[in-house]
Amino acid sequence: MADRKTLTFALMDAPYESARTTTALRLIDIAVRRGYAVNAFAYEGAVLLPFNQQQPHANAVHGRNVEEENHLLTKDVVAALFAEAARRGGALNWVNCGLCVDERGAGAAIDGVRRGSPADLWKMAEASDNTLVIGTR
Amino acid sequence: MKVLNIVESAYRATTEEQDETIVWLTHAMKGAGADLGVLLRGNAVNYAVRGQDASGLAFGGWRQTQPPQLARDIAGLIEKGVAVHALEEDLTAHGVQPDELVPGVERVTRDALAGLFAAYDQIWHW
Amino acid sequence: MTHYLLIESRDPFESADVAFCYDLAGRLAAAGNEVTLFLVQNGVLPARAGAQTPAFEALAHSGIEILADDFSLRERGIAADRMRPGVKPSPLDRVIDCLAAGCKAIWH
Repeated sequence: MADRKTLTFALMDAPYESARTTTALRLIDIAVRRGYAVNAFAYEGAVLLPFNQQQPHANAVHGRNVEEENHLLTKDVVAALFAEAARRGGALNWVNCGLCVDERGAGAAIDGVRRGSPADLWKMAEASDNTLVIGTR
Repeated sequence: MKVLNIVESAYRATTEEQDETIVWLTHAMKGAGADLGVLLRGNAVNYAVRGQDASGLAFGGWRQTQPPQLARDIAGLIEKGVAVHALEEDLTAHGVQPDELVPGVERVTRDALAGLFAAYDQIWHW
Repeated sequence: MTHYLLIESRDPFESADVAFCYDLAGRLAAAGNEVTLFLVQNGVLPARAGAQTPAFEALAHSGIEILADDFSLRERGIAADRMRPGVKPSPLDRVIDCLAAGCKAIWH
């Protein structure tokens, strides 16, 4: 489609540590819903966003069981983004920086995530209409 | 495509990572053929200071044998042809004198930032 | 003319460094560029009328387009009628619009 764009996002934050994660995922969601080709390069803690060993939990403070709490798991969000991309005729290409994966023991990722390197970030950015880097603090 | 990497956050996990992760990323992307420049600002202007020494870290019987060597890595980028700039006002605010800097670091003022940014296709603020 | 999108996620109550971003917005505009400052997360806090943020107040009167993420505003209970003049609520989609149009986007 003439108006289909390719955007790359570089993320750094681990889940549950910063509002930047939510904003980044919201941006990717908007792009995916438009049917864009979206690249996500996960660097440092962000490689844990699609970690498939995340587990939901109850919330005793609010009296909610596991199902009622329906806790947001970033792996589920990433899976939903993959599904939405496919549904909309776009694409989501999620690359975890390999060395960051190794040092964090984050190798168990959901389907669709691939291991890569800084060279992938450069290649994706070069092939994109634009890139947004969301650094960590 | 030419990209300016702005590094602001400093000494965040540098001892754990044994590197400054964005300086390292810049080295890696340069090796993959990227056309990059670096702007050090905020606390990260301190990365351009010679004489940083993070050696000697030990926990129980574990000793760090490869501490980060940030000034060396900044010099390495310059040797590879990556322009490394440091924001003059931040150097001044941090009391860093010109003779303390790694040779080849280019000082740039806030007044010159619009012109610097215009020379790059994208600005990546880490 | 280059369009710069500065995305400010930090606020002046917690981070002295937002002064850099506000200053940069002014300098880029003065250099003849089109500048949009998009506030998100705690970056929207100065958008509340009466917030004591002189540097932001000056920027809000400068003519630079200043938008604030509507979700971040709602999350912090800042209703449209409690916003400082010079700042408009906006869906986050505007960031994607700018990226797709090829602006130089800088996250702070």
